[in-house]
Amino acid sequence: MRFSEAWLREWVDPPVDTRELASQLTMAGLEVAGVEPAAPGFSDVVLGHVDSVEPHPNADKLRVCQVNVGASTEQIVCGASNVAAGQFVAVARVGAQLPGGVKVGKENLRGIESGGMICSAKELGMGEDADGIMVLPKGGRIGNDLRDHLSLDDLVIEVELTPNRGDCLGLAGIAREVAVINRTDINRQSATPVPAKNAANVPVSLEDEEGCPIFAGRVVRGIDSGAATPLWMQERLRRSGIRPISPVVDVTNYVMLESGQPMHAYDLRNLDGGIVVRRARAKERLKLLDGREIELDDDVLAITDDSGVIGLAGIMGGENSGVQPDTKDIFFEAAFFAPLAIAGRARRFGMHTDASHRFERGVEPGGQLAAVERATLLLTEIAGGEPGPAEVVAADRELQPADPVRLRRSQLDRLLGAEVPDDDVFDLLTRLEMQVKKTKEGWLAIPPAFRFDIAIEADLIEEVARLYGYDRIPEVDASEQLAVMADTEARVRDSALEAVLVDRGYREVVTYSFVDPALQRLLSPDDRPLELSNPISADLSVMRTSLMPGLIHALKQNLSRQHERARLFESGLRYIQQGDDLKQEKCLSGVIYGAASPEHWSARTIDGDFFDLKGDIQALIELTGEAERFVFEPAEHPSLHPGQTARLLRDGREVGSVGALHPGHQTALGLAKPAYLFEILVEPAFAAKIPAYREISRYPSVRRDISLLVDESVSAATVMACVRRHAPEVLRQIRIFDVYRGQRIDSGRKSIALGLILQDYCSTLTDGEADSVVTTVSTALVEDLNAKIRD
Amino acid sequence: MSDITRLLDQAQKAIGKATNLAELDQVRVRYLGRKGKLTEQLKQLGKLPADQRPKTGERINEVKREVGALIEARRQQLQSAVLAEKLESDRIDVTLPGRGQPLGSLHPVTRTMRRIERIFRQIGFEVKEGPEIEDEFHNFEALNIPEHHPARAAHDTFYFPSGLLLRTHTSPVQIRAMRDGKVPLRLIAPGRVYRCDSDLTHTPMFHQVEGLLVDENVSFANLKAILHGFAEQFFERDLKMRLRPSYFPFTEPSAEVDIECVMCSGDGCRVCSRTGWLEILGCGMVHPRVFEQVGVDAEKYTGYAFGMGVDRLAMLRYQITDLRLFFENDIHFLEQF
Repeated sequence: MRFSEAWLREWVDPPVDTRELASQLTMAGLEVAGVEPAAPGFSDVVLGHVDSVEPHPNADKLRVCQVNVGASTEQIVCGASNVAAGQFVAVARVGAQLPGGVKVGKENLRGIESGGMICSAKELGMGEDADGIMVLPKGGRIGNDLRDHLSLDDLVIEVELTPNRGDCLGLAGIAREVAVINRTDINRQSATPVPAKNAANVPVSLEDEEGCPIFAGRVVRGIDSGAATPLWMQERLRRSGIRPISPVVDVTNYVMLESGQPMHAYDLRNLDGGIVVRRARAKERLKLLDGREIELDDDVLAITDDSGVIGLAGIMGGENSGVQPDTKDIFFEAAFFAPLAIAGRARRFGMHTDASHRFERGVEPGGQLAAVERATLLLTEIAGGEPGPAEVVAADRELQPADPVRLRRSQLDRLLGAEVPDDDVFDLLTRLEMQVKKTKEGWLAIPPAFRFDIAIEADLIEEVARLYGYDRIPEVDASEQLAVMADTEARVRDSALEAVLVDRGYREVVTYSFVDPALQRLLSPDDRPLELSNPISADLSVMRTSLMPGLIHALKQNLSRQHERARLFESGLRYIQQGDDLKQEKCLSGVIYGAASPEHWSARTIDGDFFDLKGDIQALIELTGEAERFVFEPAEHPSLHPGQTARLLRDGREVGSVGALHPGHQTALGLAKPAYLFEILVEPAFAAKIPAYREISRYPSVRRDISLLVDESVSAATVMACVRRHAPEVLRQIRIFDVYRGQRIDSGRKSIALGLILQDYCSTLTDGEADSVVTTVSTALVEDLNAKIRD
Repeated sequence: MSDITRLLDQAQKAIGKATNLAELDQVRVRYLGRKGKLTEQLKQLGKLPADQRPKTGERINEVKREVGALIEARRQQLQSAVLAEKLESDRIDVTLPGRGQPLGSLHPVTRTMRRIERIFRQIGFEVKEGPEIEDEFHNFEALNIPEHHPARAAHDTFYFPSGLLLRTHTSPVQIRAMRDGKVPLRLIAPGRVYRCDSDLTHTPMFHQVEGLLVDENVSFANLKAILHGFAEQFFERDLKMRLRPSYFPFTEPSAEVDIECVMCSGDGCRVCSRTGWLEILGCGMVHPRVFEQVGVDAEKYTGYAFGMGVDRLAMLRYQITDLRLFFENDIHFLEQF
């Protein structure tokens, strides 16, 4: 809502300056988004009269005008095609300063002297219209400074209203708030009824009394279609961001700005029979004022006549029934449309109008007749005409006055934590035009009809608080009982997981939860990702079923910015639809690419591989204190290399995957080197064990090494499991210290070297005892795994 | 010169010539070893007349001690030379870079979120998470935003064909907590939220932390205190704060919270649009209709709720000038945090 400050001050003029006024509004919940001058600074621009217009002898597009500027008559060369003798115009005199630093000088245009400039609205910073000169309504003292003539030394205040304050979508509502804040009174403009001069009317019937319980209308006949809207009204409209069009349209807009009541005017010629307000029928069509044609259905409220739908109730009129430049007889409409009958409809048709904005939020029921009277008065003053009787059609069911709302002293104090004096409560609510009654426990207040946001006690508390002043409510430290916070060791904290990865050189990324469907399809062809109905763009249109696409995208972005090495991780949800079941699973995922370690002077740089990544995952697993319950098992994954992928199991349940990006994807994505990725499900993977102390042996450990040959198909995990199964309790640890294939080893076989760390709790192991462990283990390896023990 | 004196003289010269510990040891063996020259002299002692034996023996032992001392002195000399040489040859360039993985980094949004969580944990708020794909009930209806409410239009919601949606705020977490939890409660809900909007100052995904406290006799005055405390902790400085009346369907009274601009200390600058104030969060007292939806007795309990944009707070805290940097994930950006 934008409005002229001078206009507001006609209604209510508290002794505060603009800055303070704006601050008052903001601090009462009507946020002032801006205060700007009604027109930017300019000087030496006066009201002029175009006495004559002659063609320019040397230029087709220029005219030579004789312009009376009061003290003199100036010859001005003008390029605008709309200039005409008899116009009242804005003339920048020689020496004038215009907005944007333009200085007007005496000029010679193609051989003709020009002593000034006839201005367009744009040149004066008063509008976007640069097509022609600004033609002012006739009248006024020629030579008068334009700033005085148009009262331009005014400010425009823009208030951003919250959706609950439909009552402030008119100047009357804003004025009411200002009056309450300053505890002063409004200069009420009494609506003078205009007596009917004839009996002309349009019969109206309300079929949907829920949607439209009140409809006020009035015919005005014989208006002067050549009349112009007076300057003051044009300027007020302009300052509110509404373009003046014609007296009839301007009057309806003006009344809306003033009272908050949207109006519509029909050309009486084009009304076919009486008006019926009803639900549209499915597939009924309407051509709108803006030229578009739409198809309606039965939850849209329509204004109809015998010809069919002529307007979308509370949103926009139809093209065929609207006023034209030559309209002489009109019919004014001011109706009450229920918010629920209007809400969402405009949006459905891709519209948002001044009317729909107001009706969705609530327009004062009962203000319709006054609006029609006001419009009639203004229109007949401007354009003459003879009004018929003002008629109000109302539903049989009377609009019930609102129920009284209880406000308890105790609840007010309890909720605010501050004590607002009784007198203030009573005064503020009364000034808000509530009917307030003092009761034993507090007050009873009947809210005025224009307040759609007051129905319960909390609504009244809010009104009291905001007008009493939030800044007067103290800051009070809470006195709630101290509660002991839960703090569990049974899960690994997210911050601990993050810390491990950060320690290991990973940088956290945050990628969008919606991804490019093409990338998603490439990496996970079997997944059916959830598609958004209204994505922001085609490449962000499906929900990720894995964090890998986002990581790959982030990796690629960085590679294109000259990074050759990256370690990235992300945590967040993945979204998997399985039938009716939607799983939103929290994942921790990462990618590594390029050198295992940053380039260093002491060593050759080698590329990272599966085992670099696996080491990082093992570190994460260690946080659970139960690393032994995890298994890496060879596996396949649509995104990953079939020979370099493991699934991660915890107690036999799959909790993640790790592996090299599939070489096919690597090529498709244009990555020069392999990338290694992991994804772990946080919930099942990172339950933690609370440590329980085990006795430490005080005796020395001994080490025995075994070197064996096994088939390629025998995994390290199998070898170690075999050793563990057969070794006695003194086995503390197995280390794999070499894996070798090639020279002197049969093809299809590999050599694995194990270091066994042996230690007893109650004595020092003898050589004999240690050797017997080696014998037992060796025998088992030979028998179970067809191993050959090397010397 | 007697034999012994000559031996001493020879030994002295040999010791002086020994250039390393091995040579010195050879000298020791040659003179003092079991078959060494001085040892031999002692063995010859029996061949001397009895009256000369004590004196000669005394003299030999004296020379032996002297040679021993000379060898020891020379050994120390040689050892320190060896050490000095080792020290010299061991010299390294301590200015060369060290070895190992350099430290990674947390995303600035996560860093900010963790910080906000820590501040609220200290005063007893529990961290709760919830689903991001939500239904209309949890995201809107339970929060007193019925269908066609003008506030819905402002939420620019992403929908799925099934009617589910991406949560537009983390408030649904509060609804879930109140529905299945016990009151009193104190929680914060950090997480990703989504709105169908993308321009210089909006990304379709961003982050919020919302807080909720429900107890008997919780007041607006308490809310003011906790938010002011939070703002001062977060920015680690004293700050002016103001609450402006506003409107959210799920709280009443509602307020927008402004703090004195942290860039210009309230003088007015580009960041605060010359107002001197920064809007950092929205808050209010839990609306009785919300309590009704989740089955909390509004006569017995009151509560407050607040919500803040993590991305914006991170920008203010770390002087980040462009919101979109957060989602570009450029390592040059990430490594600064």
